[in-house]
Amino acid sequence: MSRQITLSKAINEVMFEEMRRDPSVILIGEDVAEAGHPFKFFAGLVEEFGTDRVIDTPIAEPGYMGIAVGAAMTGTRPVVDLMFGDFLYLVMDQLCNQAAKAHYMSGGKLTVPLVVNTNLGATRRSAAQHSQSIHALVAHIPGVKVVLPSNAHDAKGLMKTAIRDDNPVVIFNDKMMYNDKAEVPDGELLIPFGVANVLREGTDITLVGTSSMVGVCATAAEMLEDDGISAEVIDPRTIVPLDEATIVNSVKKTGRAIVVDEGHQSFGVTAEIASRIADKAFYYLDAPVQRMGAMDVPIPFSPALEDLTVPTPEGVADRARALVRGEI
Amino acid sequence: MAKKPAQTNADDYLRMYRQMAKIRAFEDNANRLYLEAKMPGLTHMYSGEEAVAVGICEALGSTDKITSTHRGHGHCMAKGADFKQMFCELLGKAEGYCRGKGGSMHIADQDNGNLGANAIVGGSMGIATGAALSAKLRGSKDVTVCFFGDGATAQGLMYEVMNMAALWKLPVIYACENNGYSEYTRTDEIAAGSITARAEAFGIEAHKVDGQDVLAVNKLTTDLVARARKGEGPFFIELETYRYHGHHVGDINREYYRTKKEEADWKKNRDPITNFGKWLTKEGIASADDLAAMDAEIKDEAKAAVDYALAADYPPEEEVDAHVFSGVAHARPYLSGDAA
Repeated sequence: MSRQITLSKAINEVMFEEMRRDPSVILIGEDVAEAGHPFKFFAGLVEEFGTDRVIDTPIAEPGYMGIAVGAAMTGTRPVVDLMFGDFLYLVMDQLCNQAAKAHYMSGGKLTVPLVVNTNLGATRRSAAQHSQSIHALVAHIPGVKVVLPSNAHDAKGLMKTAIRDDNPVVIFNDKMMYNDKAEVPDGELLIPFGVANVLREGTDITLVGTSSMVGVCATAAEMLEDDGISAEVIDPRTIVPLDEATIVNSVKKTGRAIVVDEGHQSFGVTAEIASRIADKAFYYLDAPVQRMGAMDVPIPFSPALEDLTVPTPEGVADRARALVRGEI
Repeated sequence: MAKKPAQTNADDYLRMYRQMAKIRAFEDNANRLYLEAKMPGLTHMYSGEEAVAVGICEALGSTDKITSTHRGHGHCMAKGADFKQMFCELLGKAEGYCRGKGGSMHIADQDNGNLGANAIVGGSMGIATGAALSAKLRGSKDVTVCFFGDGATAQGLMYEVMNMAALWKLPVIYACENNGYSEYTRTDEIAAGSITARAEAFGIEAHKVDGQDVLAVNKLTTDLVARARKGEGPFFIELETYRYHGHHVGDINREYYRTKKEEADWKKNRDPITNFGKWLTKEGIASADDLAAMDAEIKDEAKAAVDYALAADYPPEEEVDAHVFSGVAHARPYLSGDAA
C-alpha cells in the first residue's frame, strides 16, 4: 500500500519499523523522547520502546556523538539526532577522527554502524548558525557515507538502508521539506546507496540537483520546456557514494550540464561533480559545465538578503538558456 | 534588603525598574510581532528573567563586556541597547544593530560592550573567557560576564575554559541563568549533581542567588565585579529564575514538560518587576502612580519603535556579500581574485 505522507512521517515510520525489526537499533539525541524532537518526527517512539532505546541527552553534542561511536562499535546501531546540521562543527572530532577512521585503522576489525540524522537548508530566517548546508565537509572525509534525500519517499528508503549499513552514514534532510508530502509505500522500502534517480529525461541539458535543489531543478526544467529546451534532471540521492555513471552518461547525451547544490559554491559538492563530468565527458561537452551553490557568505538573517544567497528555479533556468544559446 | 536606601540610591533603583520594564515591553512586542507573522523566523523570550540581566548589567560599566545567548534580548537591553535598533534587527532591517544580518539570535552591540548573542548553546563561553584574558593582557580593568543557561552546563567547552580562567585568574564571571528547563527538558533530567560544584571543582568561588530579586543579584554582582577588577576572579553565579514563554515563541503546547499551574505560580508570586515595584512603593521611593506612568511611557516608546522598524528599509541587495571579511568591501570579487 502506498499513500501520501510527509517527510517527517517517513522518518517516524522508519524508526518504528527498524526499531521493531532490530532490537539493537537505538535513538539518541536532544529532546528525542517525550518531546519527540522539535520537528516532531520521533513522536511516539519513547512510548513504545522506552527510555533505554530512545535516549534524551543533555545539550552535549560531542559527548553523545562519542558515546554513540562506542556503542556502535560494541553491538548497537545508534541513530544519532543532531537537531541542526550546523551543530556538526561541534561533533567533527568524534565523527571524522573517530567514527570515520575506526574501521580502517583497525584493519577492518572494528565497525561503526551509526546513522546521524540531521539537516541542511536556508530560507527559514534562522540566521547564520541554523541555516547552513555543510554536507561537503563530511563528504570530504573518507569512511563516512553521505545521504541527501529530496522527498519523503527517498527519505524513507535511504534511511532504512542507512540503519542497516555497517558504516557511519550522515543523512541531511532539507529542513524546509519536513512537511512536504510524497507517495511512500507502507512498510518495507530500501533504496540502495549510489543509485541516482533520473526525475525527468531530456536531450538539451543535464541539471544535477541535490536535496533542496532537486525541486529547484525540476521547476527550472518545466520553465525551460516552455522555451522548447529539453532538460534532464538527475538527483544523485547519495553523494558518498556518487552515481557517477548516470550523471556522465546523461551529459554525454545532452552535451551541457549545470550542477546545483545548497552548500557554499566554493570547494564543495558542485565543484566535485562538475570536475567528474569534466574528467569523463569532456569531449562530449558543447559548453563549460556550470555550478550553482549557495553564495559564499554566511547566511544572513534579513529576508531581503537571505533569498539572494540560494539558487532559485529562475536562476537555474536563466543559466540553462544562456548555455543552450551558446552565450556562456 | 538595606533599611534606608532610598535617600542615596533612589535613582539607581528607579533605573533598574525602568530597565526591567523595558525588557518586558520589548518581549511583549516581539511576541506580538511573531504571532502577527510580521517577524521573520523565531525568537526566544526573556520575559520572567529580567532581574538577572538588569541586576548584573547595572553592576557593570559601559566598557565591561558581556556575551549573550539565544535568549539574549534582555542582556542586550540591560547593557544599554535601544528599542529602535533592536526592533530593526529583529525585523531584518538595515538600521538594526547588525544591519539585519544577525537577527534575534545574534544581536551584538559593540559600543555598549555586548560581544554578541549566540545561537550555539554554550557557544560564547570561550569568547567571554578570551575577552577576560585580553583585558588582563592589555592592563584594562574591564570585567566580562558570560551569560549562559542551565542547558549549557552540559557543554564540554565550559569545563575547558573554566579550568584556564581559574589557572590564569581571569576577570570573568560565569552567570548561569537556571530557568529550570533545557529547551523542552527539566534541568534535573540533564544536569547531574550540583551546578555550583562544577565551578568549585576548579577552585572558582561560586554563589547561588535568587534571580527574581534584582537587588540581591545586583549586590552580589557589584561585589564580585569589584573583586574581579582586583584580580580575584574568576567567579561563578547560579541565578534561579524562570522563563514565562516556551523555549521559543512557537513552543505553545508545552504541558507535556511544564504545567500551566507552575507557570501561573511563578508569574503570580515571583515576578521580578511586580515584586520590585511593590518594594519601591513600600520604601517610599516611588508611588504606584509613578510606576504606572513609567510603564505607560515605556509602552509608548516601544510601540513607536516597533512602528518605526516596521516601516524601515531592508538592507540594499549589495550588502549581501559585505562584511564577510574585514577590510574587504565585497566578498564575491575578492574570492575570485578580482578585488583591486
